[in-house]
Amino acid sequence: MKMIISNSSSVPIYEQIKKSIIEQIVSDELKEDEAIPSIRNLAQDIKISVMTIKKAYDELEQEGYIISRQGKGTFVARKNTSLVKEKAQKDIEEYIVKIINIANKFEIPKEDIINIFNLFYGSDEK
Amino acid sequence: MKYAVEIKKLKKNYQNFNLKIDNLNIPSGVVVGLIGENGAGKTTLIKLLLNAINKNDGEIKIFDKDLKHNEIQVKEDIGVVLDNSFFPETLNAKNIDTIMKDIYKRWDSKLFYKYLNDFKIKDNQILKAMSKGMRKKVEIATALSHHPKLLILDEATSGLDPIVRNEILDLFFNFIEDEEHTIILSTHITSDLEHIADYIVFIDKGEVVLEKQRDEIIDNYGILKCDTDQFNKIDKLDIVSFKKNKYNYEILIDDKEKCQKKYKDFIIDKITLEDLMLLIIKGGK
Repeated sequence: MKMIISNSSSVPIYEQIKKSIIEQIVSDELKEDEAIPSIRNLAQDIKISVMTIKKAYDELEQEGYIISRQGKGTFVARKNTSLVKEKAQKDIEEYIVKIINIANKFEIPKEDIINIFNLFYGSDEK
Repeated sequence: MKYAVEIKKLKKNYQNFNLKIDNLNIPSGVVVGLIGENGAGKTTLIKLLLNAINKNDGEIKIFDKDLKHNEIQVKEDIGVVLDNSFFPETLNAKNIDTIMKDIYKRWDSKLFYKYLNDFKIKDNQILKAMSKGMRKKVEIATALSHHPKLLILDEATSGLDPIVRNEILDLFFNFIEDEEHTIILSTHITSDLEHIADYIVFIDKGEVVLEKQRDEIIDNYGILKCDTDQFNKIDKLDIVSFKKNKYNYEILIDDKEKCQKKYKDFIIDKITLEDLMLLIIKGGK
């Protein structure tokens, strides 16, 4: 597992930890059923307080990314691709809302936005 | 929840200073940072936790045992490092080992020597001939070598360079790897706490003014910066405290997210524990 945390970022540290672990699960760097460090071990290694890491782990468990087994440790949960896709879709929606807000602010018509989108999207397709 | 320390209606009166803590519970397994300006009462509280001074009123329980009536038993579980060393300067580490063997039932010479070895400290060198950092390391090794469950540190890292501070913080992280271990550390170097502390207890003029999870403070509190016109538009209920500077206002807020939505054109900065201390102590309301 890898973990890079920015102290100056406005993103809360527990969210950075969460995001990093989710990314590694999604990209298959962390495999299903693979053990991840215990809360206290990770705290020691990355020098972040125990409660911060606990919060990240608690949310990851609630969201179904990891499972903690009493006395055994914490493991990557069975991968649920629909969950991951759902999350990606949510992210996309958030960006689209941002695009619409900017467009409205500067009165850029919807057609122009669609054109820009097609231009960029199309350029990737051969 | 299991508590390492429970304080109820604690009072300590001095001629010019009173400490008054109605209720303070410290869960076991966490790191608590005690912050406050010099003279706020941090050391008084720590001395009370060690029964080194008599309280005027109230109750202190450590690991569910009344401190006053079980002092010797309770102290077996506590490791202490104070700002000023309590060892005579003519002692060396070997002497300390000999003395401690007779004091603590669980004194672990092997562990003590392991720490000395890690710190590259010779057991025949007297404290007087050591640098401040080395002395601190000997004291911390001493505090850890009787297998305590609670570590109480008063300004243990102040006056030390960043490299030594880091080595010491490493030891603390090591110590709390055990879920039953608790650390209470007082400091005015708040940056040491930004990473290790789970809870912050902020003491001002002998009273606890803020007691919160550190993450909650860092994630929810913020500093809103604005000019006088903007200041007048702000809902007073959103202000925890504020400071008027020559060219701007700095306002402490405790709900960053809400304020970001409510005051769209204002600058809201991330908070550090230092800012928080300054704005609460020096700020107006």
